[in-house]
Amino acid sequence: MATKSKMIGNRKLKVGGRKSSAFRFPPSAAPRFLAKPTFFKATMAIVQKDLAAEFRSRELLSAMLVFSMLVILIFNFALELDIKVRQSVTAGVLWTTFAFAGTLGLNRSMAVEKDRGCLDGLLLAPVDRSAIFFGKAISNLAFMLIVEAIVLPLYALLYNEVRIFQPAFLGVILLGSIGYIAVGTLLSAMSVQTRTRDVLLPILLFPVAIPVLLASVKASGGLLNNATFAEILTPLNLLIVYDVIFIAVAFMVFDFVVEE
Amino acid sequence: MQSKPIVLSILDVVSIIVLGVAAYLALVFAPTELVMGDVQRVFYFHVGTAWVGLLGFILAAIAGIAYLTTKDMKWDRFEVAAVEVSTMFFFITIVLGSIWARPVWNTWWTWDPRLTTAAVTELIYIAYFMLRQGIEDPEKRARFGAVYTLLGGLSAPITFMVIRLFRTIHPVVIGSQSAEAQGGFSMTTDMRTAFFFSLFAFTIIFIDLIWHRIRLGRLQDKVEELKLNLSL
Amino acid sequence: MIEVKKLVKRFGLKTILRGVDFSVEPGEFVALLGPNGSGKTTFLRILASLSRASMGSVNVAGYSLPNESAQVRAKLGVVTHMPLLYPDLTAEENLQFYARMYGITNHQSRITQVLEMVGLEYRRKDLVRTFSRGMQQRLAIGRAVIHDPEVILFDEPYTGLDQDASEMLDDVLRTVTATGRTVVMTSHDLARAEDLATRFDILSRGVITATATQKELKKTNLLTFYKQAMVE
Repeated sequence: MATKSKMIGNRKLKVGGRKSSAFRFPPSAAPRFLAKPTFFKATMAIVQKDLAAEFRSRELLSAMLVFSMLVILIFNFALELDIKVRQSVTAGVLWTTFAFAGTLGLNRSMAVEKDRGCLDGLLLAPVDRSAIFFGKAISNLAFMLIVEAIVLPLYALLYNEVRIFQPAFLGVILLGSIGYIAVGTLLSAMSVQTRTRDVLLPILLFPVAIPVLLASVKASGGLLNNATFAEILTPLNLLIVYDVIFIAVAFMVFDFVVEE
Repeated sequence: MQSKPIVLSILDVVSIIVLGVAAYLALVFAPTELVMGDVQRVFYFHVGTAWVGLLGFILAAIAGIAYLTTKDMKWDRFEVAAVEVSTMFFFITIVLGSIWARPVWNTWWTWDPRLTTAAVTELIYIAYFMLRQGIEDPEKRARFGAVYTLLGGLSAPITFMVIRLFRTIHPVVIGSQSAEAQGGFSMTTDMRTAFFFSLFAFTIIFIDLIWHRIRLGRLQDKVEELKLNLSL
Repeated sequence: MIEVKKLVKRFGLKTILRGVDFSVEPGEFVALLGPNGSGKTTFLRILASLSRASMGSVNVAGYSLPNESAQVRAKLGVVTHMPLLYPDLTAEENLQFYARMYGITNHQSRITQVLEMVGLEYRRKDLVRTFSRGMQQRLAIGRAVIHDPEVILFDEPYTGLDQDASEMLDDVLRTVTATGRTVVMTSHDLARAEDLATRFDILSRGVITATATQKELKKTNLLTFYKQAMVE
């Protein structure tokens, strides 16, 4: 033990010896210290950090995926998903699955920041608070979309439900996920700071996210049942309205959620 | 501050009187509705409590915005008062509605936009109290509470619009009538008197209760402060 | 470099800091000493713009808080007793991430330099998850100085470190602070503070009760000074 630490100490001593030369960089490699990164760059830095960490550990994605498959399995037997039942409940089953799996991901993604004080690390950087919100929201959305991209084909395979692969249906999934994640990211930043933590997120999130879930079910269910575009226009509009309002509000109030 | 303001005492008395008068108008004065019979009389209090419940919800969201911009704790006390009183009134609304719906719609409950929105709103309120309970720091509690009432206030109307896409049987007594509605009726002049007085009465009671709750909040803070001084 | 006047911080009704006056000249290394619960961490969090003062004025690196917090944060490095590192990223990736968050372009050479400074160049490609507590703490210091800040704040950097790790951290602290940076460090470890700091301030029950420079202290030792300050 003692020899090991000594060795590390030596290594460091050697480094200390050539410290002065290390401060001179060749002009091409010299770092540039800007006052602050742009909003976009800060957002993308957070997204890349989250994705890199997740692709290494795969903790969050595997939990979301396994959970999703379990929910579908339970629905299969609880609702006896034969052809006739599926006609009316496919959209509902899928959205329930995504909503539940989504809270798992949202909780985990924010707990990673909170547990090791990394949230403070983000807040200490000279970037806008809202860049932190967008960074986290975009990575959460990416996780949700990845899970959906795996669950949807599996569902299609299991139930021979090829109608899922129409662009309009996938568009509705995207719109719904955006709204859900926007509110979810904001609320997870709140719930992670409370005593009850992960238990609280679904309780806070579901009543507020009901419009986005129901509108998505209505629109995607309509598409599966060959509704005309005019028929799904209203839920689609509400979905877009919800997305716009809640992204704007989350953007405005995120400051209040992370300040002290 | 310690003693109860005189205006509040007067308001207490007025509240009891208007509640009595509203009850008289609803139960005795207003004519019996021809189709539904006496059970229709529930309607006056049902709409009265629903109105103040909604009012409280909107006021709470406004108080939330006011708190976030001014950081003044009085808005937090107002917000809590509005949410608490509203929760109670919404609950009464739902119960009264069920009593009416049993004979008229032949069911205690139906997933109609108004009923569902009311139920969702109650759930938002309950989540609001659970959120506040999990936070020690009063300033942070106020901040998170304000953000949540704001989100709730924005999502509730969209919830209503979304659920309307699934069909409705709830009657629209004021304004236009939907073709599928069951249990609708048109009001006579005496009914209108009872109806509008009930709205007025519940508004008074609502103000009285909110005032009491704000005062209670202030006293709570005072007690905390005294306890803290004692321990130092 | 740091100028704090009549700083008050309340959490609800509890007053943590009750009128702190504090100023630090460029290049000073101030050890902020005090028992647990004296408000050291709260005070440092306010300097770091992570928390807001309830009253009083705070100036760091020529900018006032909280209005110019973005400018302050750009000139500030903070090390807390938590590492603020991502366990699933390598040492290099962690530093890359923070370099980007601080707007450093062409940061590869800077990262190498920082890793050498904290003696972790040989673990560059290893996951932080596999690091010992001491190594994490050294990397945390590297993270805090990645943008070459003018002011560094250390909050109990020795928490949870064994003797070897503490000594190594001493070396790193000396290297990092050798370049004339201004440093404020909280600690309840008097021996470590005595070795490093040029000035000692005692924070007790929310106020600074005593202050002495290293020269003034020469006659007595730090422990006697500390005890005297606590008695007052």
